[in-house]
Amino acid sequence: MYSTALEYLPAIPELFLLSALCCVLVVDLFLNERQRDVTFLLSQLSLLVTLVLVVVFHSDSPRVIFANSFVADTMATVLKAFICLIVLGVFVYSRRYLIVRGLYRGEFFVLGLFGVLGMMILVSGHNLLSLYLGLELLSLSLYAMVAFDRDSARASEAAMKYFVLGALASGILLYGISILYGMSGTLDLIGLSEYLRREGTGNIGAVLALVFIVVALAFKLGAVPFHMWLPDVYHGSPTPVTVYIASASKIAGFAFVMRMLVEGLGPLHNDWQDMLIILVVLSLAIGNLVAIAQTNLKRMLAYSTIAHIGFLLLGILAGTRQGYSASMFYTIVYAITSLGAFGVVLLLSRVGFEADRLDDLKGLNDRSPWFAFIMLIIMFSMAGVPPTVGFFAKFYVLRAVIDVDLWWLAVVAVAFSVIGAFYYLRAVKMMYFDNPLDRSALEETSGMRIILSTNGLAVLALGIYPTALLTLCTRSLMW
Amino acid sequence: MIPLSHYLVLGAILFGLSVAGIFLNRKNVIILLMSIELMLLAVNTNFVAFSHHLGDMTGQVFVFFILTVAAAEAAIGLAILVVLFRNRNTINVADLDTMKG
Repeated sequence: MYSTALEYLPAIPELFLLSALCCVLVVDLFLNERQRDVTFLLSQLSLLVTLVLVVVFHSDSPRVIFANSFVADTMATVLKAFICLIVLGVFVYSRRYLIVRGLYRGEFFVLGLFGVLGMMILVSGHNLLSLYLGLELLSLSLYAMVAFDRDSARASEAAMKYFVLGALASGILLYGISILYGMSGTLDLIGLSEYLRREGTGNIGAVLALVFIVVALAFKLGAVPFHMWLPDVYHGSPTPVTVYIASASKIAGFAFVMRMLVEGLGPLHNDWQDMLIILVVLSLAIGNLVAIAQTNLKRMLAYSTIAHIGFLLLGILAGTRQGYSASMFYTIVYAITSLGAFGVVLLLSRVGFEADRLDDLKGLNDRSPWFAFIMLIIMFSMAGVPPTVGFFAKFYVLRAVIDVDLWWLAVVAVAFSVIGAFYYLRAVKMMYFDNPLDRSALEETSGMRIILSTNGLAVLALGIYPTALLTLCTRSLMW
Repeated sequence: MIPLSHYLVLGAILFGLSVAGIFLNRKNVIILLMSIELMLLAVNTNFVAFSHHLGDMTGQVFVFFILTVAAAEAAIGLAILVVLFRNRNTINVADLDTMKG
């Protein structure tokens, strides 16, 4: 089999990003401390161009290239575009935090861009091997980013925990993949699903492999009972890295679940539905209940992430197109919302002060009414209060679950969301009704002000007009 | 001729040992890194055995990729270990408990 130059067209965004980030890496070597903004601008530029290329080289019919290992379909385009946009925001938010702590180095941006490349490969993976390689490229960048603050004992501890459990998850995933390969003799997702359809259900080997793969997915996403690493990593890593993990990488996680479970192991839907139900119920319960007890804002958002992962999987386990698109909508919305939430944490931080305790939100309204309002929208959206977009995200997922007659699951999800609303609203109460612990002015840059305001207003605007994004999500799915 | 099942049992035993090594070990982070390597090698045994059994080369190609990724992973793991030791002066697993909640 030979390939023509034309075959590379769908992969142009990835190829561009790879060459651009190598350029950033080399250019950064020749800059001194004061010229670091060049690295920042170059990495932002490469993300922007990648975003444009993703959109320009889109075609409505899915194209599969590189011997069935890479697919460019509409879902890939939409998710990649959002990944690029969100990482753009992450870099803007991180800039001042990194500068005041002496962490403003090219490596942060290069690792971030490598992570984006990994996510894009993961989103487009059409073969167990390319999925694995994309996942590893993302994970290895994340391990290094968590340990990025070399002098922080907490960060290195968090990095070690993340590394060991992430590597364990990769090992478990590979074991599952090896069993699937041994049974079907193929690594191709389509070939795999054809094989499973031919074999019919009740194939014990396939179910064994499925258990390993679901465990690995749960580890990577942070679903209970495989969530142990998540609060520590969120808490310990520098806040810019926490934003990165909390927002962009969740989109990649969604794509990973879709490719693996829906595209590859779709015929085993009945088996993985039961496993996901257990994960969902536990994640919703533990995530929402433990979050109430937290005094650290980053840790509280970590447990809230666990609860949101429960909702994400809830849509997927419905196993209908409506469920998948609801889940995709939920993931994108969650990524945007958590980007904003951690953006506010980054906004409040300054030299020697992380602003990561819940108490640091107290009296934010007195210090900056506008950003208190932005945080209000974000917290409402996470809690699912209309008219913010979080309400519609939860609503679509629940509707999809009810449509497949899993009433009890929807009731459980609503009950735990109500419990979860408590700690989001507590944060709002602290901002508006408590006295501030310190009254120093916020040190925001104009870029941060603009992006964070856009971010917060986007959450509100999507809530007032959610149809556009939902239609986009529904149209982009083929299953 | 050694049958396929022998290789699979070997792979499963190695995999089980490595998982046990990760969860039971309370002493030393380096043992965790060794367990992770062992786990990847157990998977490689599986892949090579299946690949030979099926007469299909893709499994062996996958093994090459796993070996490469494992090398990168070990490099990052050891780098994190060095940073951890510099900051904490210990690599005892039981001491990695500053964050609670």
